[in-house]
Amino acid sequence: MSAPTVSTVDGAIGQSPKRVEDDRFIRGKGNYVDDVQLPGMLFMAIYRSPFAHATINSIDTSRAEAMPGVVACVTGDLLAQHGLAWMPTLAGDTQAVLATDKVRFQGQEVVCVIAKTAAQAEDALEGIDVDYDPLPVITDPKKALDADAPIIRSDLEGKTDNHIFTWESGDADATDRVFADADIVVKLDTLYPRIHPAPMETCGAVADYNKATGKMTIYLTSQAPHAHRTLFALVAGLPEQKIRIISPDVGGGFGNKVPIYPGYVVATAASLLIGKPVKWIESRTENLMSTGFARDYHMEGEIAATKDGKMLAVRANVLADHGAFNAQAQPSKWPAGFFNIATGSYDFQAAHCKVDGVYTNKAPGGIAYRCSFRVTEAAYLIERLVENLALQTGIDAAELRRKNFIQPDQFPYKSPMGWEYDSGDYEKALDIALDLVGYDELRKEQEEKRAKGEIMGIGFSSFTEIVGAGMSKICDIAGLAMIDSAELRIHPTGKGVLKLGVQSQGQGHETTFAQIVANELGIPYTDIAVEHGDTDHTPYGLGTYASRSTPTGGAATAIVARKLREKARQIAAHLLECAPDDLEFDSGTFSVKGSPEKSKTIQECIFGAYQSDLPDDMEKGFEDVTYYDAPEMTYPFGTYICVVDVDKGTGQVKVRKFVAVDDCGTRINPMIVDGQIHGGLTQGFGTAMMELISFDEDGNCFGGNFMDYLIPTAVESPDWTLGECTTPSPHHPFGAKGVGESPTVGSPQAFVNAVVDALHPYGITNIDMPLSSHKVWKVLRDNGVSDE
Amino acid sequence: MLPSTFDYVAPTSLDEAVQALAAGAGDAKIMAGGQSLLPMMKLRLASPGMIIDLNGIAGLDTLEESDGMLRIGALVRHADLENSDLVRDRYPIIHDAAQHVADPLIRNRGTFCGSLAHGDPAGDWATVATTLGAELHAVGPNGAVVHSAHDFQTSMFETQLGMDQILVEARIPAPKAGQGSAYLKIERKVGDYAAAAVGVMIVLDGTTVTEASIGLTNVGPLTINATDAAASLVGKSIDDAAALEEAGRLAAEISEPSSDLRGPEEYKRDLVRVLTKRALRTAGARAQGKEA
Ligand SMILES: Cc1cc2nc3c(=O)[nH]c(=O)nc-3n(C[C@H](O)[C@H](O)[C@H](O)COP(=O)(O)OP(=O)(O)OC[C@H]3O[C@@H](n4cnc5c(N)ncnc54)[C@H](O)[C@@H]3O)c2cc1C
Repeated sequence: MSAPTVSTVDGAIGQSPKRVEDDRFIRGKGNYVDDVQLPGMLFMAIYRSPFAHATINSIDTSRAEAMPGVVACVTGDLLAQHGLAWMPTLAGDTQAVLATDKVRFQGQEVVCVIAKTAAQAEDALEGIDVDYDPLPVITDPKKALDADAPIIRSDLEGKTDNHIFTWESGDADATDRVFADADIVVKLDTLYPRIHPAPMETCGAVADYNKATGKMTIYLTSQAPHAHRTLFALVAGLPEQKIRIISPDVGGGFGNKVPIYPGYVVATAASLLIGKPVKWIESRTENLMSTGFARDYHMEGEIAATKDGKMLAVRANVLADHGAFNAQAQPSKWPAGFFNIATGSYDFQAAHCKVDGVYTNKAPGGIAYRCSFRVTEAAYLIERLVENLALQTGIDAAELRRKNFIQPDQFPYKSPMGWEYDSGDYEKALDIALDLVGYDELRKEQEEKRAKGEIMGIGFSSFTEIVGAGMSKICDIAGLAMIDSAELRIHPTGKGVLKLGVQSQGQGHETTFAQIVANELGIPYTDIAVEHGDTDHTPYGLGTYASRSTPTGGAATAIVARKLREKARQIAAHLLECAPDDLEFDSGTFSVKGSPEKSKTIQECIFGAYQSDLPDDMEKGFEDVTYYDAPEMTYPFGTYICVVDVDKGTGQVKVRKFVAVDDCGTRINPMIVDGQIHGGLTQGFGTAMMELISFDEDGNCFGGNFMDYLIPTAVESPDWTLGECTTPSPHHPFGAKGVGESPTVGSPQAFVNAVVDALHPYGITNIDMPLSSHKVWKVLRDNGVSDE
Repeated sequence: MLPSTFDYVAPTSLDEAVQALAAGAGDAKIMAGGQSLLPMMKLRLASPGMIIDLNGIAGLDTLEESDGMLRIGALVRHADLENSDLVRDRYPIIHDAAQHVADPLIRNRGTFCGSLAHGDPAGDWATVATTLGAELHAVGPNGAVVHSAHDFQTSMFETQLGMDQILVEARIPAPKAGQGSAYLKIERKVGDYAAAAVGVMIVLDGTTVTEASIGLTNVGPLTINATDAAASLVGKSIDDAAALEEAGRLAAEISEPSSDLRGPEEYKRDLVRVLTKRALRTAGARAQGKEA
């Protein structure tokens, strides 16, 4: 990479202009899928299974069909006639669109009602009669592989158990050998519980089939509109040029809007069959109960170390609960995502991990919630293990990390499980964080408090992420290489349009991507309109998730802008009658070396591109497109420190202070980066403290609304103290690494480590998330700690 | 998330509202803030055929002290109580609770009286009303009726209020000399109902408790009036740690919480003990003018 040249152009990299998209959002003028109103539009509602596992004997829709406004009831049998009762998942499994043989989780889609109004569709759900025979239910993945466990996927030919896959990485033998000889082994058995991304906007679609043109336009809550168009073409058998996906403003995605859901498919099929637009908008309960959940990883981890705290090897054994269908969203060759980044920020001799995926009678998913493919689970495990090693050895948690960090001169660093880390300076981030939090005084205070019987804790997370997929040689989704694209077209007046294959869901792309162009071409960022989300009008791309937009689409934007800058240079040389190499470029102006008065602005060059006087054999116009295939992943990192006080009477954990030092390489818009970190930390706080989707033994889901599924608000969220350092990525065109997910990946373990640190005097080495007050209270009372 | 079909009327006088309710004959529902009723309708846990909206009736938003009583009209919102200087200065228990009922948005609409009429043992105001010995003034086709807050709830979501009665106003005795009060609630986040909450009111002569009452929220099928716990304090010093512990123990003893996502039964019971003590200490300090 070339470090970004400091530019004085308005909005160049490193400046923090306000987000251009916020103008419409704060005025209530955003345009979301539910805002789409089309003439003659019908509405769809979904009847869902009350049972977690039951045979369907019969489905009777006659009462519903007779209800006011009802146009049609769509059942799985009807879909089967069109080959659509089942659909492929991104993970290579199949998923029922509407249940035909049996239901496999509570909330599963069984019948869709299409009616003239949304209320009539919902009313008619009461007229659906389904006769079920309940079957034994599995909610505990540890029982899924028992010999007498009921087979959930009886639809899969020859399936005799509930096992989905086994995936391994690293060298098991070498790792075992290190463990056999190690002074110290620290073990942890922990559950990263099932949570949900819960974007503010739920999922939905408006499918609009035009019988006259044969064109299917689908307004979709999609993080990946181009990939979705291809999948619709493959699943529904529609010609791809006749499908247009429009993902308008998207109200948060966080991975929830990567999969294709049954509701999308049925709305599309219904529009095709009826010939009218059909709208389906999920309720909050439907979103939480049926669409892509995250995590649900039962992890056993171990670190082998020397007496004085040199970490030697790490190994992990994971049971992954994927629910009733394997509908997780990971690159095809990576059934456990990039979980093998579990060596984190540390230099291990050997490492090994093994992940088994199983079916249970729960909603399908396992999506990468603000996470680059199981990195969150991996970062949690390693940082929890390191904390426990510190507690077990008595070595200070910060010093233990320092002692084991991969050193700056080791980059590019080849990890024992096969990744090549691009760059890092882990100690620097740690030192900034220690300084910001006032570490030495805090430890003193903790000692004094302990002497008085008061409880406080300090928790660390020095995480390393792997993002920006990236690398088509190892990463594809359903065979589609994980590239991304940018098309830049500047009009004669020097103002233009940047079209992207990635799709913002709140990340601020309309601002930051214009800034990249501003930086490269010296055109004010406000002169560049950014377009995305409409597959008829943007170049192909795999979409926005896994912190990949800046690493891939951002790289493509810089490269396409550089191509055009070279064209401008040729034009400037032609106009100034000098050789291109004699020109210098700075902040939007080409000038002749040594004679700065001889110059042309980029705008003059662009206008020139549309005039008759151009160099021979140069095409007119000023536009280009680039498809970028990242050579490597990027590896953002940071150190987070959390300070908590525990109320002995109530078990309440109060986060007193939280310091987050992030290194995401070059920052395009530091304000937006801070905003991303604030948002992600708040989600990490929610994960650590309150979020949980749980089930009873019958598979009834708890967590189907925001009274039960708790997400933090401004009222309970802590203050965030941010710090930063910048270690550019050596292979990215301007050194950026991506930041969207660092705070969700990096923070949960800092909260947990702080509470474990606080309670360690009572023999506690683990508390699983969420850190509910009653769990902490139990630890205290079990240890005879009174409230006074 | 859409309610079933219903009719809607917006009377401009109490008389009209009473008539409409009588005409609705069991299928009509009064709406004040709508913050309990509408969610239940959207979840289709309630499907009334008619909604009678009180919000167009003038004079129901009285919040004032007169004739030795604090009068809280049927359209006084949680936020009105939260922001009232009178309430903050003279009824600290109400001020405490108002900051923890639901969330700031709901507090702008939801009403004190609506909460009482809803009859939910998780409601914070029922505990406050019990603790302060409120009178509940209602009106029906046969004229005015007064209920006591003490035995107002009869079962989960059921109250003494007849199907044809409208709660018009709650009246709370003005504080006596030496009175202090407090409300403490443990919630998992803003907008959550209490894992447990405790309201206390005491009257002190010097440091000696001469009167006490204690109410408990969401730790049983009804709002609990912890009379034994309160009685145990009378004659004791508010600085007597053992007396406070005993009151906490007795309050915990009569609570009947059930285990749920907010925590196991034992946890909630222990919260009652801890919160009772803490609330008594705060109320004691307030009674002695040591804390606003
Ligand atoms: C997300 C959420 C969180 C909440 N958290 C809490 C909490 O922590 N603590 C808490 O105490 N409450 C909580 N609530 C409930 C809230 O306080 C409601 O405002 C209150 O319970 C009902 O008051 P309302 O004015 O909104 O009544 P409405 O919803 O209008 O009515 C509720 C019931 O009372 C009847 N009713 C209302 N007014 C009268 C009247 N004057 N006469 C006769 N009948 C009447 C109605 O017919 C209906 O049956 C929460 C609500 C929500 C949605």
